Amino acid sequence: MKSRVRTARPHVNQNEALIFERSTPGKCGVDLPPLDVPSASPAEALGSLYRDGIEGFPEVSEVEVVRHFTRLSTWNYGVDTGIYPLGSCTMKYNPRLNEAVARLEGLATDHPYTPETLAQGCLQVLYQTAECLAEITGMDAVSLQPAAGAQGELTGILMIRAWLTERGNPRRYVLVPDSAHGTNPASVAISGYQALPLKSNERGCLDLRELSEAMTDEVAALMLTNPNTLGIFEAQIQEMAALVHARGGLVYMDGANMNALVGVARPADFGVDVMHLNLHKTFTTPHGGGGPGSGPVAVKKFLEPYLPSPVVERSSDGSIRLNHDRPKSIGRVRAFYGNFGMAVRALAYILANGPEGLRQTTEDAVLNANYVLARLRDVYDLPYPPPCMHECVLSDRRQAARGVRTGDIAKRLIDYGFHPYTTSFPLIVPGAMMIEPTESASKEELDEFIAALRSIAEEIEEDASFVLQAPHTTRVSRLDEATAARKPILRWNPSPRS
Amino acid sequence: MSYPSEFLYTKDHEWVRLEGETATIGITDYAQKELGDIVFVELPKVGDHLKAAEPLGAIESVKAVSDVFAPISGTVEAINAQLQDKPEIVNSDPHGEGWLIRVRVADPKETERLMTADAYEAYLHQTQAH
Repeated sequence: MKSRVRTARPHVNQNEALIFERSTPGKCGVDLPPLDVPSASPAEALGSLYRDGIEGFPEVSEVEVVRHFTRLSTWNYGVDTGIYPLGSCTMKYNPRLNEAVARLEGLATDHPYTPETLAQGCLQVLYQTAECLAEITGMDAVSLQPAAGAQGELTGILMIRAWLTERGNPRRYVLVPDSAHGTNPASVAISGYQALPLKSNERGCLDLRELSEAMTDEVAALMLTNPNTLGIFEAQIQEMAALVHARGGLVYMDGANMNALVGVARPADFGVDVMHLNLHKTFTTPHGGGGPGSGPVAVKKFLEPYLPSPVVERSSDGSIRLNHDRPKSIGRVRAFYGNFGMAVRALAYILANGPEGLRQTTEDAVLNANYVLARLRDVYDLPYPPPCMHECVLSDRRQAARGVRTGDIAKRLIDYGFHPYTTSFPLIVPGAMMIEPTESASKEELDEFIAALRSIAEEIEEDASFVLQAPHTTRVSRLDEATAARKPILRWNPSPRS
Repeated sequence: MSYPSEFLYTKDHEWVRLEGETATIGITDYAQKELGDIVFVELPKVGDHLKAAEPLGAIESVKAVSDVFAPISGTVEAINAQLQDKPEIVNSDPHGEGWLIRVRVADPKETERLMTADAYEAYLHQTQAH
């Protein structure tokens, strides 16, 4: 590693036995007080169901448990430890304010079966979050039920199906560009449609002529991500939407990349009929293992009757209620009203920023991605012309000539203390390096990240094998992924006690 | 690795070797390289009818699961059973021991749509230059 390149942090290099392996027979984590009731015999009470222990159950003290899991947690890399440039994931900072609000007693402890008259505060949060998301997208109605983006897609396509079925013909196909997230064709298939792929053109966008040829009267919808997964805005979206609508289809927008649009452009204005949002991407609720996720669906007025039931409504007396009387609804897609705590956090984020703040967030995210692109394009190949939106896609084409691929560069990036970018996606770019810095990264942190990637490009020129063996500073280096997949060991088994 | 001149090729990176009415089908060296280490090969059953350009099975690598498309229509006469336990053969010898299936060709005219080795290599060159 070049000494002039500052690393974000050293990787903690220590090993940790499993909690089972730390076990000592007879050790106990708690010290129970003497019994103040007559002793009962579980063996007598349970008969043949009784057992006097669990094989392999770890016997450890309290402090050993705390230290074991705390040490494991230090191996983690999260949005709180550094830049997390995983393209298409919008790994932005989750403000602490969200957590403070979500822990307010009334919001954190209310039971979902609390009578509506006593849960007006929570219902107000749901109502207002949906209103804010409707304003941001320009749509007319929102359901907060879906638990993640892919479930939002499924919900949206099922609503399209219900609407078309009512008009006499659900149709057979949904058009999905070849740059789409893999969940798009999957949601289409689960909804009973067949996905028809559309090829991107040389500018990385959907081709209007290609769309026109594919858009028959058997096509239910166009399912589009905008900006697309190359980070490029589909500038012909209005013409595309007009074409799809003229032939009786609807336009679904995958809102995974909404971090490029919030406060600047509204999907409803450019022809989208139904879309989902990812609160865990765009609206700063925890992402990944810290989830759960949330994938609200927003629709135009004509699709409102099909939204998942129940919907949150304001009554004439001003109170908020859950309306279950929804004869055309596609039904419930999630218990109660979705992941409520995520709505609380998203609303806190939206209100804390306000319209001006949200717009600046978007502009900073786009600026950061273009800054990274501009500072790296002389050393890494840029397959599609700039400018980009909230993320940029480079490729390993130059480095591949020396046998170094995108995954190798990503592994070397770990040595510099950064989380890797997204490798090998979108599929239409061979050796893709997909970088989404988000608005959370400062210029100083971006400069460190850029310096690391530039340094790796130099290392590849000097000694490709060094990069091919990376990472060098982690507890484990190259894992045998092929054997792990061919002969998986699916669980840990206790070894006999010695 | 060179692309045998006696094979025909598809844009989806399958190869076909014709011997009379029988065709042996596999994936190209380019395809196995792009897929990376292959961990599972899913093949049709003997006797299945395949239609050209429709999936005949799937190949799973450490990177992705990809459909394999039938280059031509026909009836499956044999499958390469050793791939069940040793899918890595597709990586090590894609044009030989790593063949996938043999089919009885339904319509020899369909082979006219396939590429020669030269045409396939030109196609690869063009794809990679993109």
